[in-house]
Amino acid sequence: MEANSVIGTINKKGQKIVEPEYLFFEAPRQQYFMTGSEVVREAIRRASVDISVAYPITPQSEAAAMVGDLYVEGYVGDYFRGESEFAVMSQCAGASFGGARVFTTTSGPGTLRAYENFPMWAGSRLPILINVMVRGINSPLNIQPDTLELGMILDTGMLIWHAETGQELFDYILKGYIVAEEPDVHLPIAVVIDGFFISHTKDMVMIPSADLALTPYNPYRSPVPCMDMEVPPVRMMRDPFVMKSNYISYATHASWQQEIRAAIERSRKHAIRLLGGLIEEENSDADILIVSSGTAVAQGREAVRLLAEEGIRVGIVKVKTLRPFPHEEIRQATKNAKYIFVPEFNVVGWMAREIKAVIPDNHRVIEGPHVAGGMTMPPEVIVEEIKKTLAGKKEVVHG
Amino acid sequence: MGKEKIKICDEFYDIMPPEYRELVDSATYGREGRGWKDVGVAKELIEEHSLCAGCPESIAFRYVMACLPNPEDTVMVGSTGCTSLVFPHVAVHNIHSLFGNQNAIASGLKRALAHRFPGKVKDVVVLAGDGATVDIGLDMTLQSWFRQEKFLTICFDNELYANTGGQESGLMQKGFVSKMAPAGKKFDKVKLPEIAQESGCHYVATLTVSKPNRVEKAIRQGVLIAREVGPTYIQLYTPCILEIGKQAMEGLQEMRDSEGPNERFAFREYISEEAKAYLASLEKEKKPAAIPSQG
Repeated sequence: MEANSVIGTINKKGQKIVEPEYLFFEAPRQQYFMTGSEVVREAIRRASVDISVAYPITPQSEAAAMVGDLYVEGYVGDYFRGESEFAVMSQCAGASFGGARVFTTTSGPGTLRAYENFPMWAGSRLPILINVMVRGINSPLNIQPDTLELGMILDTGMLIWHAETGQELFDYILKGYIVAEEPDVHLPIAVVIDGFFISHTKDMVMIPSADLALTPYNPYRSPVPCMDMEVPPVRMMRDPFVMKSNYISYATHASWQQEIRAAIERSRKHAIRLLGGLIEEENSDADILIVSSGTAVAQGREAVRLLAEEGIRVGIVKVKTLRPFPHEEIRQATKNAKYIFVPEFNVVGWMAREIKAVIPDNHRVIEGPHVAGGMTMPPEVIVEEIKKTLAGKKEVVHG
Repeated sequence: MGKEKIKICDEFYDIMPPEYRELVDSATYGREGRGWKDVGVAKELIEEHSLCAGCPESIAFRYVMACLPNPEDTVMVGSTGCTSLVFPHVAVHNIHSLFGNQNAIASGLKRALAHRFPGKVKDVVVLAGDGATVDIGLDMTLQSWFRQEKFLTICFDNELYANTGGQESGLMQKGFVSKMAPAGKKFDKVKLPEIAQESGCHYVATLTVSKPNRVEKAIRQGVLIAREVGPTYIQLYTPCILEIGKQAMEGLQEMRDSEGPNERFAFREYISEEAKAYLASLEKEKKPAAIPSQG
C-alpha cells in the first residue's frame, strides 16, 4: 500500500510516477533508432535509480558514462567512478544495504574481477540491477563479443535475463527492477546483452515518454532489514546471527542457500506476467529446433528463413531467463523435436549443457555451432551445421 | 531512528523480559554526554562478546560503542576477522559482506543514506582489523580517502592475522617471527597513519586503548569531523595476547609498554586546518548551551 501512495506523484525531475504495468504495457510509445548504450540511458532515465557506480571497461564504458550524464541532469541520485569492479560491486552493495535502488554495468574481465560480490549480493538479498555486456575473457587480450562469462555466473544466486534486442534490453531493465524487488524474490538481477552486437549496434526501439518514471524502490518491502537504523537492530531482539562451528550454523547456511534458490524460482510468476513467459516459441512443433538465448537466437531466426527457402522447416525456442531456468517450458517445447541445435557465442557450449540436463533423450541435442573470441555467427554457419547433421555426416574438420 | 522506535507499549511492558526492559529504559540514545563511563552501566549497544578472555579488542569494542556520538543513527561496516565475531552482538545496524571491501561498502552506504535522508545526520563508521584495512583492502581504504568519503575508518591493529591463527600482516613489526614469516618479517610496519594524512584524511589518530578518555575523544572527533569535513582514520593498538605469547591479564600492560614516548604506539594526532576550524566552531556553539543542559 505504501508503494501505491507514490503513484501519480511528480518526482524531482518533474516525471510522473506511474504504475509499472502502465509504463510497460499501456503508456504510448514512440519509435527511436539507437544503440544499446543509448537504450540503457533511456531505460535508466525512467527507472528512478538512486545510485549508480561506474568503471571503464569495453564495451560497457559508453553506457556507464551516459548514466553519469543522467546524474548531472538530475535523473540519478548519486554517481561516481569506483576503483575496480571488485570495489564497484561492493559500493553498489553498500548503497543497496542502505536502501537505494542501484544500477551498474560490467563486461568480461570486469565480471570476473567483481565475481566474489555476486553471491554476497544474493545472500544479502540486495536487489541490485547489473547490466552485463558480455565480451571475451583474457588471455590473450580480447574485447570482442563472447558469452563465456555468462556461463560462469549462472549459479551465483542472481536472476539472469538474456536480452536478444535493444527493445528487450530496455524492457528487461525496467521490468527487472520490479521483479527483483518483489519481497518474495528480493535478489540481484543481471540483465545480459551480447557486447557490441547490442551495445554498439543501432536498433529500432519503442520507448514511452521521458515524463514517466518507474515507482521508486521501497526498501522496507523486503525479507531482510534495511541497514539504515530506521528499524531496531537485531540484537535488540536478542537473536544474534549464528557464527559458530556447530550444526545449527551449518543448517543456517545450508537453508539460506536453498532459500536463495527458492527465491529465484519464486520470481517465475512475476517474470511470466511481465515478460509473457520465460521462453518464446516459433514453430516448435517442427522436427528440427534451434534453442538458444541472446543474439544467437537472432542469427537462428535468419537461418530458419534461409532453410525455409529450401523447404526445410525449422522451429525456434528462445530462452529469455537463464535463472530461473525454464526447464519445464523447454521440456515441453522440445518434446517433439528430433534434432535440437544450440548455437552459442562461446567455446564451451554451456547453454547446450544446461538444455541437456533438463530434457529426456538428450542425444537429440547437437552442441553448436560455436563461435568464440569475437567471431560473428553468419546464419549460413547454422544452416550448414543443420544440413550436415541431416545428411548424417556430421564431422569436425580442424585446420 | 528515535528512541520511540524501541519503546515497549505500556500494555506489554510487564510481560517483557527484564533485560529487554532494562535495554530500553537505560538506552543512552540521544544523550549528549554518553561516553566510556557508560561501559558496564548501559548495555544496549554491546553486552556479551565472543573474543578470547582478556582480549584488548573486547574493551576497545566497548569503548567505541560507548563513545559513538549518535548511535541511534549510526551504521557500522565490518570485515572478516576477529571483529566479525563481535558484530553479531552489537545493537547498531552493521554490515559484514566480504573480506577487505569495508571502505567500498561504506562509500556506497554513506552516499545512499545521504541521498535518502537529506538534512538528517546518519553516521557511517568502519571498524576492521589490520589485515582488512592495510593488506587485502588497502586499495579501497585509500581510494575512499582520495574521494573524500565522509566516514570514520577505525583499524584494530593487532599487528597480525589473529582470526586465521597468527600470520604476518603489513602492520606487523619488522623482524617479528610468525606464520608465513618463518624467518621474521622482512619489511617495516606500514606507516598507514602517515599515508592517511597524505591521502586526504582530516583527522588521524594513533593510540592504544589503555586510556579510555583518550579513546573517547578520538572516536568523537573522528565521527564528527567525518560527518562535516571529510574522511578520518583512527588506528588502535589492540594486541593479540594469544599470538604474542601473553596471558589474559597482560593485555593492558602490553599496551602501556607500547605507548611510551618513542614506542610505535606513542599517541599521535593530526587534525587538518579545516577540521580544526570545525572543532573550534563546535566549542563555540557548546559554551552557551552548556549551562541549561546541566540543570
